[in-house]
Amino acid sequence: MAALTREETEALIQEVLEIYPEQAKKDRAKHLAVNDQSLEKSNKCITSNRKSQPGVMTIRGCAYAGSKGVVWGPIKDMIHISHGPVGCGQYSRAGRRNYYVGTTGVNTFGTMNFTSDFTEKDIVFGGDKKLAKIMTEIEQLFPLNKGISIQSECPIGLIGDDIEAVAKKANKEIGKPVVPVRCEGFRGVSQSLGHHIANDAIRDWVLENRDGDDSFPTTPYDVAVIGDYNIGGDAWASRTLLEEMGLRVVAQWSGDGTIAEIEKTPKVKLNLIHCYRSMNYIARHMEEKYKIPWIEYNFFGPTKIAESLRRIASHFDDTIKEGAERVIARYEGEYQAVIDKYKPRLQGKRVMLYIGGLRPRHVIGAYEDLGMEVVGTGYEFGHNDDYDRTIKEMGNSTLIYDDVTGYEFEEFVKRIQPDLIGSGIKEKYIFQKMGIPFRQMHSWDYSGPYHGYDGFAIFARDMDMTLNNPCWKQVKAPWKTDAASSEAVKAAA
Amino acid sequence: MALRQCAIYGKGGIGKSTTTQNLVSALAELGNKVMIVGCDPKADSTRLILHAKAQTTIMSLAAEAGSVEDLELEDVLKVGYGGIKCVESGGPEPGVGCAGRGVITAINFLEEEGAYDDELDFVFYDVLGDVVCGGFAMPIRENKAQEIYIVCSGEMMAMYAANNIAKGIVKYANSGSVRLAGLICNSRETAREDELISALAAKIGTTMIHFVPRDNVVQRAEIRRMTVIEYEPNAKQADEYRQLAIKIRDNRNFIIPTPITMDELEELMMEFGIIDQEDESIIGKTAAAEAAVA
Repeated sequence: MAALTREETEALIQEVLEIYPEQAKKDRAKHLAVNDQSLEKSNKCITSNRKSQPGVMTIRGCAYAGSKGVVWGPIKDMIHISHGPVGCGQYSRAGRRNYYVGTTGVNTFGTMNFTSDFTEKDIVFGGDKKLAKIMTEIEQLFPLNKGISIQSECPIGLIGDDIEAVAKKANKEIGKPVVPVRCEGFRGVSQSLGHHIANDAIRDWVLENRDGDDSFPTTPYDVAVIGDYNIGGDAWASRTLLEEMGLRVVAQWSGDGTIAEIEKTPKVKLNLIHCYRSMNYIARHMEEKYKIPWIEYNFFGPTKIAESLRRIASHFDDTIKEGAERVIARYEGEYQAVIDKYKPRLQGKRVMLYIGGLRPRHVIGAYEDLGMEVVGTGYEFGHNDDYDRTIKEMGNSTLIYDDVTGYEFEEFVKRIQPDLIGSGIKEKYIFQKMGIPFRQMHSWDYSGPYHGYDGFAIFARDMDMTLNNPCWKQVKAPWKTDAASSEAVKAAA
Repeated sequence: MALRQCAIYGKGGIGKSTTTQNLVSALAELGNKVMIVGCDPKADSTRLILHAKAQTTIMSLAAEAGSVEDLELEDVLKVGYGGIKCVESGGPEPGVGCAGRGVITAINFLEEEGAYDDELDFVFYDVLGDVVCGGFAMPIRENKAQEIYIVCSGEMMAMYAANNIAKGIVKYANSGSVRLAGLICNSRETAREDELISALAAKIGTTMIHFVPRDNVVQRAEIRRMTVIEYEPNAKQADEYRQLAIKIRDNRNFIIPTPITMDELEELMMEFGIIDQEDESIIGKTAAAEAAVA
């Protein structure tokens, strides 16, 4: 199917909006746009980070998901208490596949669920005493933990528990960082506020811990990887490239990361931001307070990797610049072989994306390296600075949708008929039942890594095995195919 | 007789608990089977009936036992003067937790455990001063109290609170069966108090069901953790509570209130000389500024 023209895409948006009542139509119209590469600012065409309309089946999460699930959860040597009733922690436990090295339950705790398991009496009488007791028990049972974070669920904010006071007292008693995080789920319009609150908690309760302490030996090549959650091993596939070019990665935020790394980050020379959405706040803070510059990079697909390696190297001396060229040259044979193998099988295929964080724009380059085209994209919880960065990555007249509703997404897909959709687990089975190949792009559909050159090989293989899977030929019922085959059915009978 | 559920609201400190317990004692004396459900973390709604300092509450027993599901009705329900059944919902000390949720949990527990049996004639909910959140509106939700009595006096803030509570009742009355059943004037001996409260009641669309005069015998009984009915049955004040009980027993005047605006309320108070005609020239002027002018 040929690409839609600007007029056709605009007409499609109008047609899809038609079903809404007046108020909802007016609101949703602001969140849907036809891409125009000539624009510099996305606020000319799209509105984002607003409250979702009731009843539209938004895909968004909550502030707790943003803090515990994204930012804090992967810090492996801390224990993160899901403070409140049991469900929030238990149903999100280990779902994001943030890989880490360590012995779970001894010196790392990533896949475990710690909760204060609130019941009626904790709501009525308050949970502060219980929280204090939990922390004492944690110290006794898991003495190798390096700190505790308190991730507030909704009731904590409603009943007004003073978790800051409990945290300060516990910090004195156990001598380790104890961080209260006010990420109650009802705050804000999506998980995005949870990221911000989590960043602020790191700023206020952790980042200053080694101010004035120069015992950590630094080098001119120290960097921190910020906003890589090591999903399926992403951060490892990224870190190795940075190290090969001669940089020293002091900290990983926060996939496979430790609290000690986070405390040492103010000593680095440059902060490298992968997921801008969830961690730009802390990068800006470190720029202001510690004068550490930061840059965004993109490690999806060889084109963007090479661009990013060179941009990172430009902040350092010739040793690193040469290192970047050396790394690109070294992997060239490898990634070229991947392209040679998969591009002929994927060339010209059209993709629609709807994801969170950085991916709706960051993975476009990787698809393009394989000869594919992204014809629609959107963010669950993006802000306008995300869309600013998306306009130039997407082709003209492609479709952009913010906080897309279940209905809109289905209608867009029906009309555009992409060859592949990349979105979340809730969307997966709907589109597969419509006969469209689908990749779950939040946790890489139980695969990964997708970052770096190593990740690109896996990315290409996964897209190919999904898209060219023979099962899609079986989707149509035999009696609904062309006349010839129905003749064959008759003959067989 | 079908069970009648009544809730008593009113400004904090107006005498809700004292009035309720004396009224309930009088109803019991008339041969009615009555239960009091205290909906206040202070748990002082049943002390005059039980001669106790404070009854052990549902929530404190639940906290001890682990959860409210671990409790039996007989753990929380005590019987006092005149066969009156008493329960206190209880709740946290001031400044922590959620007292509203405590009320919700306690009332749900009573319903599930069958505390509202067929033998009861009346249930009275004695509710904390202001309806600060959904929890304290629990007694007037669907299938709970149908009759609300507001205790008030001729003081400005008590009338203001009464009008506000009437506003709260409207919200629930429109979606359910809860109705305003009358104002009980617990006298503070302000000027023309009975006329004023009658006038306020008329404006809201109800009546002043009874004027309870001030009498020190109430305090003398309280010190002994008793109601007047029990302490000094022949006192004149005991008869006042008996009259109130009979009026409530025979009351059929249940209405959806028509709360008045702040301006109307102020007009009414001006009419009765509670407040002066508003002098806009003095608003925001300090004493020093006024002295300078004079």
